[in-house]
Amino acid sequence: MSAVPRVAQAAALGRLPELPGAAYLFVLLAAGFALATPEFASARNLSNIGLQAAALMIVSFGMTLVILTEGIDLSLGAVLGLCGVVMSLLLVGQGAPLWAAVAAAMAVGIAAGLVNGALVAYAAMPPFIVTLGTYGMAQSLAMVLTSGHSITGLPAAVRWFNEGDWLGLPVPIWTVLLVFALTYLLLYHTRFGRYVFAIGGNRRALELSGVPVRAYLVAVYAYAGFLAALASFIMTARMNAGHPTIAIGLEFDAIAAVVLGGTSFEKGRGGIWGTVVGALTVALLRNGLNLIGLGTEWQVAVVGLVIVSAVAVDALRSRA
Amino acid sequence: MIAAVQRLPAEVLFVVFTRAAVVAALVILLAIASPHFLTSDNLVVILRQAALQFLLAAGLTLVILTGGIDLSVGAVLGLAACVGAALIAKGLVVAGVAAALLVGLACGLVNGALVAYIGIPAFIATYGMLWVAHGLGYVFMKGEVIHGFAPGFRGLGAGFLGGIPVPVLVAGALLLVLHVLLHLTRFGRALYAMGGNPDAARLVGLPVKKYLLAVYGLSGALAAFAGLVVIARVNAADSGTGEELLLTAIAAVCLGGTSLFGGVGGIVGTAVGALILALVVNGMNMLGIATFWQAFAMGAIVILAVLADVSFKRRFL
Repeated sequence: MSAVPRVAQAAALGRLPELPGAAYLFVLLAAGFALATPEFASARNLSNIGLQAAALMIVSFGMTLVILTEGIDLSLGAVLGLCGVVMSLLLVGQGAPLWAAVAAAMAVGIAAGLVNGALVAYAAMPPFIVTLGTYGMAQSLAMVLTSGHSITGLPAAVRWFNEGDWLGLPVPIWTVLLVFALTYLLLYHTRFGRYVFAIGGNRRALELSGVPVRAYLVAVYAYAGFLAALASFIMTARMNAGHPTIAIGLEFDAIAAVVLGGTSFEKGRGGIWGTVVGALTVALLRNGLNLIGLGTEWQVAVVGLVIVSAVAVDALRSRA
Repeated sequence: MIAAVQRLPAEVLFVVFTRAAVVAALVILLAIASPHFLTSDNLVVILRQAALQFLLAAGLTLVILTGGIDLSVGAVLGLAACVGAALIAKGLVVAGVAAALLVGLACGLVNGALVAYIGIPAFIATYGMLWVAHGLGYVFMKGEVIHGFAPGFRGLGAGFLGGIPVPVLVAGALLLVLHVLLHLTRFGRALYAMGGNPDAARLVGLPVKKYLLAVYGLSGALAAFAGLVVIARVNAADSGTGEELLLTAIAAVCLGGTSLFGGVGGIVGTAVGALILALVVNGMNMLGIATFWQAFAMGAIVILAVLADVSFKRRFL
C-alpha cells in the first residue's frame, strides 16, 4: 500500500523512473552485436532498427496502458492486420480516397478495442480470454476478407506513411514522436492517466470513491486498438500491400517491450519511458539475431525467454 | 474449503441445460440442413474429431480448475509431436513416444515452476512458453515435413477397434481416469479447493506449490500425448502442427462449463464441450462455409460461453 502514493507521485510528475532492466540489456546487446558483426553498427542498419521499432513502439504504448490496468491485449497483432486489410480493400477494391480508407481502418481498430474493453469492464471477463477470443475473430475476418491473399496495387500515396519525410525525419519517426507525446500527456497530465495507474494499483478503492472505472477501462482498450490502426498504416506501407497475417505475433513483441521496460503486471507500476527502451531493445535483439544468422524461429524463442525472465526477475524482486 | 469444493447446483443446472440445448439445436439444424449428417460415416467423423479436441483440452481443464491457464498447450503439442515424429519415422516408435511425452512433461514442469515457485501470473508464463516451444519447433524442423509412420503407430490415430475409432476409445479411457482422479483422490479434490479458495487451500496445509507443478506438468504431458494421436491420424508432422489448437482447446473447456476463475467444473463438461465443437466444425464443413471462418467461430464461442456463465452467475447467484 505504501507504494501507491509514491507511484502516484511519480506518475503526476511524469519524471524518469529508475532505469529498467531493458536499459542494461540494451547496452549489452548493442555492444555484443557490434563486436559480432561490423554491419550492425552501420548508419544504414541503425536507421533500419529505428524504422522497424516504429510500429512496435506505437503498439507497445497502447499495450503499456492496458498492462498498467492489470490487463493484457493479445488481439492487437490480429487487429492491426485487420485494419491494414480494411484500408487496402477500400483503396484497391472500392477506389476510396485515402482519408476515407484511413478513417475506416481507425474505426475498425477503435471498435475492436471497444469490444475488448466492454467485455473486460462490464462483463468482468478475464482480459486474456476476451482478447484471445477477439484475436481469433479479427484474424479470421482478415483471412475471410482477403481469402488469405495479399492485396497489392495500393496507390503510391500510401507509401508516404513509411517512406515520406518532413524536416529530415521519416514519417514513422514523426508518428512515434506524436504518439509518444499524446500518450505522455494522457498518462501523466490528465485525470485519465492518474486513474490508469490507480486502476492497477487499487481498483476497489477507486470504485468505492465513485470513479467510473469501467468507462475508463473501455477507453484504455479503445486507445490500444486505435494505436494498432496507426501502426497498421506504417506496416502496410512498408509491405506495400495489405496482408492478413502482417502483424501476427506483434502483440508478443509488444508485451516483451512493456515488461522489459519495467511495467509490472501488478499494482500499476511502470510507465512509457521504460516502454521506449523496451521496444528499442526488442527491435535491436531481433535485428542483431538476424544479422548473426539466426532466423525468425530463433528470434521468437529468444524473445519468449526474455519475456519470462523479465517477469520472473520482477516477481522475485517484488517478493524480496 | 468444504464450501469451495461443493458446486453450486443452480450454476451446474444452468450449464447442463444450456449445453444440452446447444447440442440438441445443432443436431436438429444439421440433420435438416444435410441428409448426410445423420449417416454412421459422418458420426464416426464427428466422434473422432471430438476425441482429438478432448485429448488436448483434458489437461487444460485441470489447470483451469486451479484458477490457472495454460496458453502453451497448442505449441507444446506441436514441439512434442515433431520431436516424437523424428524418431518414430526412423522406426523407433517406443523411443519416439517416450521422447514426445518427456518434452511435453518438461515444458509443463517449467510452466509449473514459474507459476508455483517464482510467482509469475499463469497467463504470462505459459504465453512465454507458447513462443519458446513454437520457435524451438521451427528450429527443430527447419521447415520440413516428416511423414510416413509405421502402421502400428498410425493405428493410434487412424485405427478402429471393434468398429470404434481408436482415438475415441483412448479419449473415453482418459475421461474415466481423469474423472476418477478429480473426484476420488486427494490430489483431485485439492485442485478444486485451490481454485475455489487459494488462501484456504494453503492454510489447511495442502501442498499447493507441489500440486501446481504436477498439474502443469500433466497438462504438458497430455498435450504431447494429444500431439502423438494427431500425427498418427494425419500421418505427418510439421512445425505448424497444433498452431490452431489453442483456441479450440480453451473453447472446449469454457463450453464445458469449467469456470476460468477456478474451482468449478469438471472433465465430463470438457468432453461435452469437445463434442459441441466437433458438431460446429462438422456443420460448417457440411454447409460449405470457408475454413477461414472457423477461427472466428472458436473466438466467438469462447467469448459467448464465458459471457453466458459470468452473466448468469452475476444475475442469479
